[in-house]
Amino acid sequence: MSARPKTRFEVLGKPRRRVDGRAKVTGLTKFADDIVLPRMLHMRLLRSPHPHAVIESIDIARAAAVPGVHLVLTGKDFPITFGILPVSQDEYPLANERVRYVGDPVAAVVAKDEQTAWEACELIEVKYRPLTTISSPEEALATPEPRIHEHGERGNIHRLQAFEFGDVDAALAKSDHVFEDLFFYEGNTHLPIEQHAAVAAPDGEGKLTLWSSTQVPHYIHRALSRALRMNAAHIRVIACPNGGGFGGKCDLHNHEIVVSRAALKLGRPVKICLNREEVFYMHRGRHPVLMKMRTGVTRDGKLTGMHVQTLLDGGGYGSYGTASTFYTGVLQTVTYELPRYKFDACRTFTNKPPCGPKRGHGTPQPRFGQEVQLDKIAETLKKDPADLRLGMVAKPNSLTANWLKIGSIGLEECIRRVVAASEWKNRFRKLPAGRGLGIACGAYLCGAGLPIYWNKMPQSGVQLLLDRGGQVTAFCGATEIGQGSDDVLAAIIAEVLGIDPYDVRLVTGDTGITPVDLGSYSSRVTVMMGNAAIQAAEKVREMLADAAAEQLLALPDRLVFSQGRVFLAEDPSKGMTFAEAVVYAETKFGTLGSVGSYVPPRAPGRYKGAGVGPSPAYSYTACVVEVEVDQATGWISVPKVWIAHDIGRTINPVLARGQVEGSVYMALGEALMEEQVFRRLPPKMSGALVHKFPSLLEYKSLTSLDMPQVHTELVEDPDPNCPFGAKEVGQGPLLPVMPAVANAIYDAVGVRIDELPITPDKVLKALDLKAQGKDPRVGPENFPQVPYPKPMFVKTPWEGGDGNESKRHDAAAVV
Amino acid sequence: MTLHVNGEEQEILFHPYKTLLEVLREELDLTGTKHGCELGECGACAVLVDGEPLLSCLELALECGGRRIETVEGLQRGDKLHPLQAAFADLGGAQCGYCTPGILMTAKALLEQEPNPSRERIREAVSGNLCRCTGYLQIYESIEEAARRLRESA
Repeated sequence: MSARPKTRFEVLGKPRRRVDGRAKVTGLTKFADDIVLPRMLHMRLLRSPHPHAVIESIDIARAAAVPGVHLVLTGKDFPITFGILPVSQDEYPLANERVRYVGDPVAAVVAKDEQTAWEACELIEVKYRPLTTISSPEEALATPEPRIHEHGERGNIHRLQAFEFGDVDAALAKSDHVFEDLFFYEGNTHLPIEQHAAVAAPDGEGKLTLWSSTQVPHYIHRALSRALRMNAAHIRVIACPNGGGFGGKCDLHNHEIVVSRAALKLGRPVKICLNREEVFYMHRGRHPVLMKMRTGVTRDGKLTGMHVQTLLDGGGYGSYGTASTFYTGVLQTVTYELPRYKFDACRTFTNKPPCGPKRGHGTPQPRFGQEVQLDKIAETLKKDPADLRLGMVAKPNSLTANWLKIGSIGLEECIRRVVAASEWKNRFRKLPAGRGLGIACGAYLCGAGLPIYWNKMPQSGVQLLLDRGGQVTAFCGATEIGQGSDDVLAAIIAEVLGIDPYDVRLVTGDTGITPVDLGSYSSRVTVMMGNAAIQAAEKVREMLADAAAEQLLALPDRLVFSQGRVFLAEDPSKGMTFAEAVVYAETKFGTLGSVGSYVPPRAPGRYKGAGVGPSPAYSYTACVVEVEVDQATGWISVPKVWIAHDIGRTINPVLARGQVEGSVYMALGEALMEEQVFRRLPPKMSGALVHKFPSLLEYKSLTSLDMPQVHTELVEDPDPNCPFGAKEVGQGPLLPVMPAVANAIYDAVGVRIDELPITPDKVLKALDLKAQGKDPRVGPENFPQVPYPKPMFVKTPWEGGDGNESKRHDAAAVV
Repeated sequence: MTLHVNGEEQEILFHPYKTLLEVLREELDLTGTKHGCELGECGACAVLVDGEPLLSCLELALECGGRRIETVEGLQRGDKLHPLQAAFADLGGAQCGYCTPGILMTAKALLEQEPNPSRERIREAVSGNLCRCTGYLQIYESIEEAARRLRESA
């Protein structure tokens, strides 16, 4: 028998200082570069100045002879490839024979200090033979040779994916209107203020410890074991608190492997901290994506079908690209009722820093296109765009055309809240020229349903240890990247055990001593770690209740755990402190501990490729943005944003609001200024393709002066798959902001900017077109011929499908 | 040479090319001061020198003899947090905490000169400190709350 279930919350939903808050304001939080060990050496990497070249020779003799240099490593020391996804093991820790982007690491120097290592790097002589550089997806399609990689589909195409759920062409043919639009979303980067750092050290037994600014210590642990050909049991990866992640610290990075090898070889600690320029080269950020969207609607504003085609610029390596490519297609279906859906996606290799996951991973790009197109649809149908969306919101507890299972969906409430708060009905299309409002929505995963390597084991584990003094220690592999992962863990355990979160001691993100959690990505931590934590905490609560009940001569299910006490529901004076209950329980059961783990529910889709997109739950957001556009200069300012996010249940409202506002901030950067772009050096300098501005000053991001007022509302539609109903809040709120900005600009000045970022020059160009009586639109004009394969055909749930691939002629009969 | 850091005299030996940031972090183990670019672009390394915010990545430590240097480690009094620290911890002013020391020092200088700054003045004061997590709003609220607590205790 267990203790009584909670009827009201004592911790959840109340604003609290986060459990790690004090360390962050006293300078005591130890980031990776803050770690200093005795006899520690320093490492620097020599990086390629060529975007695409064969390495003909490397001479390290002069570098190795510099006093203070302990070790010089090159590609020869690293014969095997690595990659974060099992399907793209295409990187060498140090380039083997080929470099694929400016910044690709070629050699490493370990020296007594950074200065010496830098100077020695300059003395390494590398002879390169330049190859043809591929600078864009269009060039990649047109230039099959030289291939940047031997793996991939063919030529310089990395991945091709095509899926069709119900006969989309037939649906479009029967639609009252079909809208066809092209959109482009420029790449941008995470720009965490903390530059990646790593310290590797052999311990007394010769085993390796790596401290790193990583979001995914478990994946690093696995990949490192393979890259170093070393027993995983002899490697310990500790994820230091990250000084911002945003997806940029999800990959296994070259320097993490090289610094580990160096420390093992030298038998002493070695540190590397990337400089800001190198962080831009490390990248793994937002893919530039060109999109074509064909969408059918009825005259009363219902979607009939949608066909999305995407073309991704992947950069020089695979990274998470296979998953990113899927994500440009799979989540279009979870927001609105969409009877039929088709997507074709293509990722190309180019000679630029590799792209990967950034906040929203692959979904902000198509979300931008979809929500701007909906604005155009509303305009044509003469419907209010908020009402149009309200009329088509997906249903709770439903399946989508591509077999994703939606649980709770608070989107209608989100839309109503932002409409009311922004006084939308009185202001949309009614503001003076130059001012406008735009609306958009979004949806996101609460954790990817499958891990990146195939297995059926738990995706998160939590272990609890109870001390006789009443201390509860929680061990979990989850990683604190600033979002509040540790605070969520403490809050959930405290809620179940009726104690103060501050009384929970946390040991997290350490593969040597914590159970596996897959890491801080895909907004998975609250849901997966939270469910595992509830399970572990309920197990110890049961033991505590049994032991306490014996003492109180009561039944365990009459006991309440609250405010650090265990007492009788009928008579709160009859009870004991939590610590006393621990003593009784330890006396009765022996040393007290428990484990909890979490595996997401099996997804209903059975077709090959159904693994990307499923999630235990989806979060939803609606957003209204107000803009002011100066028609003389094209300058855009954003005075206010209203945003409502369906969070399921709020754990700590201070942190939840911080995630929403931080998402708005990052989204406005993507909407208005941030771009990771490249230029060719003049021929006399080499003609190389280089990053346009790998510096914080020139890579434009919002400062405090650019940040608008934000009105945030948290909508609580608890999801049964989530801990106490709590969904994600770290990524979803970013998604609707970019299209809402574009839609607001249309309301303000009547021009459509169908590509991001929306800069003043594009607005001026569109205003100029408008003045000439031409189509006032700036955006991509052409979509190249992409050799998409014949799509895998899957019948929708409402057309007799069973989740498996089916023959197309079966479907024709149904249509 | 002697550096005057957080009210203590520090006798130290360092290479003359070392920046104040490097000397604080590497010679004095004051790793609370952070770096995001080492080019004066992000504000993470801001410390106070003679009460004024200064980017320690752009200042040679050699230039700091006889000047009063304050870092985040010097904000606390005993076990008591400075009101700015308490407000940042309570109100979400610190998310990942990496830009926080630089912003705390910048805000301290502001509040010492202007005990009751407007939102606009706060925005201006921290505009040289980049934060990628918060969107700044909870930072403003934290500074406003600290200002209120400081005025009440004054």
